[in-house]
Amino acid sequence: MDPAELKRFERTFLPHMSAAYNLARWLTRSDQDAEDVVQEAYLRAVRFFGGFRGGNSKAWLLAIVRNAGYSWLQRSQAQGPTVPFDAQMHDVEDRNQGPEAELLQSATRQDLQAALENLPVEFREALVLRELEGLSYKEIAEVSGLPIGTVMSRLARARRNLRQVLSDRGAKED
Amino acid sequence: MSCPERNDLIEAYADGELDLASSLEIERHLADCKDCGAVLKNHQALRSALGGASLCYNAPSRLSSRVRAAVRQQEKVFGVSPFPAWRWFALAAPVVSLVILGWALVTVSRMPSPGDLLNQEIVSAHVRSLMGAHLTDFPSSDQHTVKPAFSGRIDFSPEVKDLASEGFALLGGRLDYLDRRPVAALIYQRRKHLINLFIWPSEDGARESAVETGLRGYNLIRWTRSGMHYSAVSDLNLSELRSFQQALQE
Repeated sequence: MDPAELKRFERTFLPHMSAAYNLARWLTRSDQDAEDVVQEAYLRAVRFFGGFRGGNSKAWLLAIVRNAGYSWLQRSQAQGPTVPFDAQMHDVEDRNQGPEAELLQSATRQDLQAALENLPVEFREALVLRELEGLSYKEIAEVSGLPIGTVMSRLARARRNLRQVLSDRGAKED
Repeated sequence: MSCPERNDLIEAYADGELDLASSLEIERHLADCKDCGAVLKNHQALRSALGGASLCYNAPSRLSSRVRAAVRQQEKVFGVSPFPAWRWFALAAPVVSLVILGWALVTVSRMPSPGDLLNQEIVSAHVRSLMGAHLTDFPSSDQHTVKPAFSGRIDFSPEVKDLASEGFALLGGRLDYLDRRPVAALIYQRRKHLINLFIWPSEDGARESAVETGLRGYNLIRWTRSGMHYSAVSDLNLSELRSFQQALQE
């Protein structure tokens, strides 16, 4: 790659490094692995840079980070006993939704972090992209390669799961 | 649409992802339905909890330089383009310059030198003198008649030799114009061959070695002696022209 093209790549994608790291960190749940995933993602990105036709550079990069993260998850699962994604993706039963504002207000940062970290990876990434990175449904669809309708229902299910985990915690403490 | 079915839409509505018509419909429903109002409140509570907890992980500061180095290393190692196209232009520039310089040198070297131009001028003057009825201004085989005839016409006095004994008969003298100045021309004859001997002073007094050349079928010998230029031109063969030159110098 000629130096001018490399500079253009760096100008376009280095500003998204904090978003890339945040997503990688939530996918891998490890500082060191997140760094490796981010590096791997940038190395892939520069190879695919010829195919980048402008547009949403953040979503383009995060899609590559997500793929690199899933590759990492598959490798790490191959090394140890794991639960398949599908089994993790069970839905919590629909309960009658009571007022949870107080419950959520009492939740500390650690509670929220632990609850989010223990969600199945598909729910986790959807919530991270939406609530932490502020992506629109359309951008999330672009990153995860899903139809927008699926993004919407997955986000709803992810929130339901998260609420459930948090209220279970509240029930234990009571 | 039942209320549970509407839950996803209520969240999308709160996320600002519904079109106007759907948003209005949800708003109408929310005004009437307490359960769905609770769904909205829970959603908003969760959003504000997540948003306010600063759950984002910050990339370590070293990561940026690490990634940049890895990217540059890979682009070097993989060599997507180790020798990019623009460098060929940089490489080609000196080559193009050399070609242009070479062409210029060849052109310059093909340009006639001052000596060549003078030779052509001398041969042309010789040919011209044979074409018309103007071979001599003052025809005479007597050197003592020809020599004084130049005085008052040109600013120098050429040496005039009678070489009849050597086989070169003097026919007379003529004024001509060569090398941007008036010159003396002496006409000699050997058998049927005419010889024009042009004489003019050397401006810088430089002594030049003799030049022999053939041009358009004529032989030409130029030399400098005692501050004067001499040019003998004729269709005579070169060896006889040389003996004419030697006879003059004796």
